[in-house]
Amino acid sequence: MPSVMLKKNPEGKLVFYVPKKDLEEVAESVEFDTAEKWGGEVVLADGSKYYFEPIAPPDFPITLRAKRVDSGEE
Amino acid sequence: MAALTREETEALIQEVLEIYPEQAKKDRAKHLAVNDQSLEKSNKCITSNRKSLPGVMTIRGCAYAGSKGVVWGPIKDMIHISHGPVGCGQYSRAGRRNYYVGTTGVNAFGTMNFTSDFTEKDIVFGGDKKLAKIITEIEGLFPLHKGISIQSECPIGLIGDDIEAVAKKGNKEINKPVVPVRCEGFRGVSQSLGHHIANDAIRDWVLENRDGDDSFPTTPYDVAVIGDYNIGGDAWASRTLLEEMGLRVVAQWSGDGTIAEIEKTPKVKLNLIHCYRSMNYIARHMEEKYKIPWIEYNFFGPTKIAESLRRIASHFDDTIKEGAERVIARYEAEYQAVIDKYKPRLQGKRVMLYIGGLRPRHVIGAYEDLGMEVVGTGYEFGHNDDYDRTIKEMGNATLLYDDVTGYEFEEFVKKVQPDLVGSGVKEKYIFQKMGVPFRQMHSWDYSGPYHGYDGFAIFARDMDMTINNPCWKQVKAPWKTAASSEAVKAVA
Ligand code: SF4
Repeated sequence: MPSVMLKKNPEGKLVFYVPKKDLEEVAESVEFDTAEKWGGEVVLADGSKYYFEPIAPPDFPITLRAKRVDSGEE
Repeated sequence: MAALTREETEALIQEVLEIYPEQAKKDRAKHLAVNDQSLEKSNKCITSNRKSLPGVMTIRGCAYAGSKGVVWGPIKDMIHISHGPVGCGQYSRAGRRNYYVGTTGVNAFGTMNFTSDFTEKDIVFGGDKKLAKIITEIEGLFPLHKGISIQSECPIGLIGDDIEAVAKKGNKEINKPVVPVRCEGFRGVSQSLGHHIANDAIRDWVLENRDGDDSFPTTPYDVAVIGDYNIGGDAWASRTLLEEMGLRVVAQWSGDGTIAEIEKTPKVKLNLIHCYRSMNYIARHMEEKYKIPWIEYNFFGPTKIAESLRRIASHFDDTIKEGAERVIARYEAEYQAVIDKYKPRLQGKRVMLYIGGLRPRHVIGAYEDLGMEVVGTGYEFGHNDDYDRTIKEMGNATLLYDDVTGYEFEEFVKKVQPDLVGSGVKEKYIFQKMGVPFRQMHSWDYSGPYHGYDGFAIFARDMDMTINNPCWKQVKAPWKTAASSEAVKAVA
């Protein structure tokens, strides 16, 4: 379960940053991104997928825990 | 020599790798790459931030060096105790040339070495008592210091001393910040983890000190300069430009910086990051906790300076935007004169770099302003995100080398035959003896500043002075020059 720092870039896209892995990547899609609910499966530009427990829309930037979906690791 | 093609560069890497045993060859191959501008992500071509191979000559430092030498050391009004044996601090003392204003030994302590000087007794019985005593002594001898940091050397972690407890007690006793930093040299693969640990220590022990205290009057134009260590006066040459465009620089991290500036940083409107590698962690933290945005900038060479000034200004209102234009216009005649003078002397010269932090990519623009070309670059302790940012700056088919070994670097230079090599003091004499002009790009070869417009003039002069120095014609032994072998033939 890596900790992921999330922020919006100037273009309004979600940027994903995993400090341990030096991974800095733009999110292509977020499963739930409405006024009530945020989270679910997030697909990054490099194709990797992460899963966030859906929560009320957070105030970015924020650090959240995510699960890697594709490789099933951690 | 003409520029190498992609195939030639690839062949060169293969040739250099040839000498290694199978396993080492496989490992090192991942760290050497031919640049391909079409790539978005560096992990497709190069691996970084991995443990160096045993047996090769690496040029890296340790976590203690990253914390004490880079991040904490320049904070001038604090006393940084090199906690452990005397050597780590003494041999690196004052080597980084972080300039500062102050009276050394009275209210500034940058070039002094404070150490707990561990001996066998301390290793066996623990050094916590000694550390507590040092804190008391420092308070008595240097009453004007503003705080103490404890920079752990290797043995501290190995013997399990509880420096956090000592720090808390010391803090109560002297009523000033006492910061324990767990930067033992063995942590991580290079000085890079030391930067991170140092950032985390600032976050946990210093940054919150003025939360909820609004007595510091702020303005809408407050910024902090982060990751400028004032090597040879760099931060000063940068600061003047920012102030001239109308911004107020509240803090300098950490060259010529003070702990009060660091404590006030959460009050600024924008964080400006020069060395991304060593301080992005704290900038990201402040973004999350205090909602302070941050941007990277580059003050090497007029092209990048103008770009950066405009980018910085875009975060503010029109007075600052106009200010940026005013600054650029004001210095134009000055930097144009520098280019006119030196470009004809340096045009087309090729450079190979191997440095740390931000410079392997940041200085490329300054060389290009002088008509020079960077044909190879690499980081001692870069991570993927550094190489991501480098790919676009470097030309296609140029060499990238991560954590290069002494052998590889020499071979690359022999084959590529650059007109200048820029690296550190450990590499300097090897290349000079090979007859290759060399500049130290960590310490600016006791020159500087190189940042800002003022710095660019000095940078250009230094590069010219080195490359066009007549001494390079003299380094070849007279009997090895073409003319003399002709003469020998004639005699025979
Ligand atoms: S590796 Fe350990 S012993 Fe060596 S300089 Fe760093 S802290 Fe000191």
